[in-house]
Amino acid sequence: MTEAVDVDGLIKRFGAVTALDELDLHVRTGEVHGFLGPNGAGKTTTIRVLLGLMRPDGGTARLLGGDPWADATALHRRLAYVPGDVTFWPNLTGGEVIDLLGRLRGGLDPKRRNDLIERFELDPRKKGRAYSKGNRQKVALVAALASDVELLILDEPTSGLDPLMEEVFREVILQEKRRGDRTVLLSSHILSEVEALCDRLTIIRAGRAVETGTLDDLRHLTRTTIRAELTSPVNGLAALSGVHDLSTEDGRVAFDVDADALEPALKSLVAAGVRSLVSQPPSLEELFLRHYATDERSGR
Amino acid sequence: MTGAGRLLRLILRRDRITMPLWVFGLGLLPYLYLSAFDTLFATDQERTDYARISAENAGFVALYGPLHGDSTGELVVWRGGFVPVMIGLFALLTVVRHTRADEDAGRTELIRATVVGRHAQLGAALLATGLASLVMGAVVAATMIGAGQPASGSVALGAVFALTGWIFAGVGAVAAQLSGGARGARTIAVLTLGVAYVLRLGGDISALGDGRLEWLSWLSPIGWMHRVFPFGANDWLFVAPAVVLTLVTVAAAAYLSTRRDLGTGLLAARLGPATASPGLRSPVALAWRLHRGLLFGWTAGFAALGLVFGGVGSSVVQLAEDSAGVNEMFSRIGGGDAIVDAYFATVAGMCGLIAACYAVQAALRMRDEEQSGHAEAMLSTDVSRFAWAGSHLLFALLGPAAALLAEGVLAGVVHGDPGPVLGASMAQLPAVWVLAGAAMLLIGVAPKLASAAWGVVAGALLILLVGPLLELDRWVMDLSPFTHVPHLPGADFTPVPLLILTLIAAALGGAGLLALRRRDVPI
Repeated sequence: MTEAVDVDGLIKRFGAVTALDELDLHVRTGEVHGFLGPNGAGKTTTIRVLLGLMRPDGGTARLLGGDPWADATALHRRLAYVPGDVTFWPNLTGGEVIDLLGRLRGGLDPKRRNDLIERFELDPRKKGRAYSKGNRQKVALVAALASDVELLILDEPTSGLDPLMEEVFREVILQEKRRGDRTVLLSSHILSEVEALCDRLTIIRAGRAVETGTLDDLRHLTRTTIRAELTSPVNGLAALSGVHDLSTEDGRVAFDVDADALEPALKSLVAAGVRSLVSQPPSLEELFLRHYATDERSGR
Repeated sequence: MTGAGRLLRLILRRDRITMPLWVFGLGLLPYLYLSAFDTLFATDQERTDYARISAENAGFVALYGPLHGDSTGELVVWRGGFVPVMIGLFALLTVVRHTRADEDAGRTELIRATVVGRHAQLGAALLATGLASLVMGAVVAATMIGAGQPASGSVALGAVFALTGWIFAGVGAVAAQLSGGARGARTIAVLTLGVAYVLRLGGDISALGDGRLEWLSWLSPIGWMHRVFPFGANDWLFVAPAVVLTLVTVAAAAYLSTRRDLGTGLLAARLGPATASPGLRSPVALAWRLHRGLLFGWTAGFAALGLVFGGVGSSVVQLAEDSAGVNEMFSRIGGGDAIVDAYFATVAGMCGLIAACYAVQAALRMRDEEQSGHAEAMLSTDVSRFAWAGSHLLFALLGPAAALLAEGVLAGVVHGDPGPVLGASMAQLPAVWVLAGAAMLLIGVAPKLASAAWGVVAGALLILLVGPLLELDRWVMDLSPFTHVPHLPGADFTPVPLLILTLIAAALGGAGLLALRRRDVPI
């Protein structure tokens, strides 16, 4: 399978600060790839390296089969970018910005442009300064989505959008996905968005990729929370290696269990006699929190 | 005004480096001049001769203002006649920086949401600038008295310095309310300062000759300040309009600030086109949209300068005919027309320096674009860094050319001898380009220090204005590109220095472009 983004061991330093510390990122052609990480983890820096705006201090980065630094302009004809913190020229209207950026990328589809403006309920006649944060974001989104390009690089594209517009954004991305020939690299904080849209995702922390894979892959890494009422005291549960935070009280047990310890844990519950059982499926939230929290296991 | 005290301290903290630089840099200048004059003239006779000739030199009067006496103190005041412009610049930039620029950046919103009165920020900015001007005046008075000058004149000169700061702090405050942003506010305020200077200049030159336009100078606050004549007339009468103007502008700014919403100007924003015109499809087309206001403004300003300079030229011609003594002096250095030629040469040099300000401003627009994230949006499309930077450089190089052309043509036509006058203006262009090239080099190599390009302009200005008097070493004088421009009209035209300047400009700019291509964006 070909890769739209192929990043290995990427290093970027700003003076004494190491922003990217041997980062790996692999985005397959045609997929929607979630790019998650806490603030300051290096998401925007990675994207800027991919856009040839910054030069890495080590490692390799390939974008659409080319060198993002040396072939910058040639590659930019094949991609569209939505920056995380968007501001536009105060004396240009939103419509003018959309047209200008589209033309500089090598043309945009006017029908699609107008359709998107309508769906995002954007007034293209306002000038740069008059737009709120959410509306500036819409200008950048329409400019990117109306361009006929292979790769969309979206840096927290829905920040500042209201829930209705977030929904519109999801619909549009899902449509793109169905077309199948566009690759999307989506940096985001909104987990439901990532769950709804992404085929695979990469979680980075302190400039390093800490997890990567499909959502299902990653779910296996998470723990299921079990609460049960038992008819007799349970034996051997505490001894299981995949069981965490076990508490027992008046015949009730509660614990978290790793995916691979689920079966032996349930067996010991059944052996004790189950009166009722509630199991909470692993959520991306939990996965996220585990990696975002500053514990020693997941980072340096 | 609740909270103004704390905000004042915040301003002093933020400006703890730039403010003392301005205050002491300008405040100590009269003292430096005094020492220079003391060593320059061995005898009183030499000094009075210098004063007599200078008072009738139209180029000198254009630059520094009128001279009516020959005491050392009066010569110091006269020779420092451009200092009020610098003080005005300091005052208005400081006020706009701490009012409108903060508002643009969103800091004002944050501060206004705390326990801070409606007028506290404007008040604190004005107070800080007013205090700094007062300190500057005190430094002037103290150093001049300390050097043995009469106390009355020293205090009057200090008052002139302080009042100039006050007037233009008020101008800056009003400008900050009128426009839609800090950039517009600075433009309005600097334009006002420029108009005040040109009115003063036109009136004073006219007074040398037939005096028909002398009233122009009376319209200008800078003209009022010259008419105090410290160490001479010590005419405190002119302090009154200055104080009144300060109070009026401050009151107007306070009133206007309650008439507008945060983040807007007094003129409501209008809707624009929903689609871009077919031409808006290249970096140059975008640069045209971003630079055209600047280009029209500067070109119109230079056209006005041309009209004034050309119109006043006739007074200089008359002066040359009337004054046998001066004529004789100038005939020694270059014939009968020399006095007129010298005037136009001085004026052309001044225009060159002003055009350099435009060039640097236009080049630094690139840095604004980078910091605001606009460059990122452009450079993530099919636009190379050369194309992006080139689109801005185009205006930094050709914009000043258009402005100088407008000035030269109008001055020449009004004067009645277009060729040489236009030539003198256009000869400045290579030196202007050197400063644009220096700005480009800074943008490429040391982007965080790019605004130091203004320091380069200030350096060239100081070398032109102060250098000869302080008898700076030849090599220091040679640092300014304007030192190498032939003194047209009058002097022989030699293309070699202009060619070398153009090559230096190209080398600086080229190095800057190469560095820009190799570095991270944005920094």
